[in-house]
Amino acid sequence: MTENIIETKALNLWYGDHQALKDVSIGMPTNRITALIGPSGCGKSTFLRTLNRMNDLVPGVRIEGEVNYAGQNIYDPGLDVTWLRKRIGMVFQKANPFPMSIYDNVAYGPRTHGIKSRAKLTEIVEKSLRDAAIWDEVKDRLNKSALGLSGGQQQRLCIARALAVELDVLLMDESTSALDPISTAKIEELAMELKNSYTVVMVTHNMQQAARISDFCAFFLLGELVEFGDTETLFSTPSEKRTEDYITGRFG
Amino acid sequence: MRSRFDEQLEELDRELIIMGAMCEEAIACSVQAALTPGESPVPEGEQVRRVGELESAIDRKERDIESLCMRLLLRQQPVARDLHSISAALKMISDMERIGDQAADIAELSGFIRSADPAHMEHLRRMARETIKMVTDSVDSFVHRDVEAARDVEKYDDVVDGLFTQVKTELTALVAADGENAEVYLDLLMVAKYFERIGDHATNIAEWVEYSVTGKHENTP
Amino acid sequence: MEKLSGKRRAWNRTMKGLMYFCAGITCILLVFLMGAILYRGVPHLSWALVSGVTSYIKNTIGILPNILNTVYIIIVAMVIVLPLGVGAAVYLTEYAADRRLAGMIEFAADTLTGIPSIIFGLVGMLIFCQLMGLKEGVLAGGLTLVMMVLPTVMRTTQESLRTVPQAYREGALALGAGKWRTVRTVVLPNAIDGIVTGCILAIGRIVGESAALLFTAGFGVELNSFASSLHASSATLTVALYIYAAERGATDEAFAIAVILMAIALLINLTANSAGKRLKRGRGGL
Repeated sequence: MTENIIETKALNLWYGDHQALKDVSIGMPTNRITALIGPSGCGKSTFLRTLNRMNDLVPGVRIEGEVNYAGQNIYDPGLDVTWLRKRIGMVFQKANPFPMSIYDNVAYGPRTHGIKSRAKLTEIVEKSLRDAAIWDEVKDRLNKSALGLSGGQQQRLCIARALAVELDVLLMDESTSALDPISTAKIEELAMELKNSYTVVMVTHNMQQAARISDFCAFFLLGELVEFGDTETLFSTPSEKRTEDYITGRFG
Repeated sequence: MRSRFDEQLEELDRELIIMGAMCEEAIACSVQAALTPGESPVPEGEQVRRVGELESAIDRKERDIESLCMRLLLRQQPVARDLHSISAALKMISDMERIGDQAADIAELSGFIRSADPAHMEHLRRMARETIKMVTDSVDSFVHRDVEAARDVEKYDDVVDGLFTQVKTELTALVAADGENAEVYLDLLMVAKYFERIGDHATNIAEWVEYSVTGKHENTP
Repeated sequence: MEKLSGKRRAWNRTMKGLMYFCAGITCILLVFLMGAILYRGVPHLSWALVSGVTSYIKNTIGILPNILNTVYIIIVAMVIVLPLGVGAAVYLTEYAADRRLAGMIEFAADTLTGIPSIIFGLVGMLIFCQLMGLKEGVLAGGLTLVMMVLPTVMRTTQESLRTVPQAYREGALALGAGKWRTVRTVVLPNAIDGIVTGCILAIGRIVGESAALLFTAGFGVELNSFASSLHASSATLTVALYIYAAERGATDEAFAIAVILMAIALLINLTANSAGKRLKRGRGGL
């Protein structure tokens, strides 16, 4: 059994008065893909964002409990959030490349973290674009605007951008929901490659996708973690009736 | 929520029950034709023909249910319980189709064993009763999704196997004693074997019923 | 098919005619204004006027000092107002957590734009010339203009920052960039078109301002260098127009200055529009 790279203990989250996460304790196994599934509003995206503290951006948010990564609680007031986000990166639902060249997009992260040498940056840019399976498509136009790429390419560019900072964990927030089936398939293949070197945690509302590519699955409902287990078991013989009802489409 | 899917699953259930009933009828007819020629109101040529018809109908039913299952798998992408139900159905129909074949084989032999001494057919008649019971029970356990009942059917297979061994021993002795009628005795042995095979298929059906409810099958650890 | 009733048609025609009439009056006003100024002013435009210096002794009128003073005052005002206005806008849009406080600041800024400019002039004189002891000149005038133009720059910058999609900020933060770095490298470069437009509009307002400068920049018509103009009474083009028209009765020269000012106003408007459009296109966009 692989170890868990991130573990949460009794995590609770409030947006003002509304409690969005209730007592969530879960571990993300290293070098595996964990999928978070559940109906809209169940808290899966909120939970994902607690892992790299993107929820800090929301005014009025309050958190109790621990999220442990690399041996420390990331909600410790003394923690350097920029360091955290270097190790735990995120790709969003809609691709959001900066209005800069492809090169500058991918180099943005490394530059932020202090790498100035042009040679080193170029090396990192190439490696990241290769790892994101998009190098061949863009190698001749690194200086062109990233906005000229198609939706699927932009999303892979965002993945490359995240990989450029030397991640441990890649968080994907419904990253393929806005894409056509072919782009989606490419990104799914990519995710399965990536898990060899990184850990992937993905939110998806597409259950076939979760069944296809994830190793572990967590089912959220109304802010609670209802069930967590390896994907084949969860989709074949789930222990909770609520899980079964959701995955068979009987509600949700 | 998935009402159309639920309707289709109900249709699948109904079709399986119909197929099960057809199997039961086929066995009953073939038993009558083979073992109780004088007792049935219908002339025995009739019964043999009837079994033949049923066997063809069972084959057609198997293909129909198979294509229904394939369609459900393609369109509905079932998981968990739904997936178990549909894949169990696919396996059950092949066992039921084999039962239909065995019944037809038994009916075919009915002409040859007519000349046998009714006394020698006592155990066979008992085997017939037990296997009919097993088939009926396995179909019932499916109808009610009753795992306990299914397990009972599985255990009952031992009874039928035991009876087969007894019949075999008896017939071996008879062949040794009465070499002239050996052909008849061998035909009787074949009928007994067919009953034993029906019992095995009924057991398989029961195992798949268990799988459709629990998601676990006997043969997988 | 039902035809429109005669009454209806007549009504439509009347309203249409009325609208054309209103639009027509607007155009006629503009044409008349421009026409009158051009008519009276162009004949008196000359290189001597534009490049010369006013001298009582030689009895010449030249507006070169005024042109230079206008330029100086633009520089002084913009150099101060730009960081102040952009900084305030960045704070209000990106950093302010207390929305009520931010709302009050924005309201204050909007109110400032409505205050008559002569009041700015009085206040400027009070604070910069009397309280702080600055002499009448480009510095005092520039600072007064800063007060006037700050809300404009701040608000247009704010509007521009708001058009930068939140997705860019999230993307940068998720990569480990801090707040300031995000603002500096992603948000501001994408708001540049709005900021530039705001600046150009601010310059336009500065060029057209007269009342606020009467007591703060003064009426001086000597030719000064930038450094000395800071503390010397320096009349801008608008103030010069007033001097020559009202005090010296040189209405011809006044009209000539009016022509120049109108041309500058036109130029600024055109530049603001095209610069805004070009920068916006260069941005592309999400």
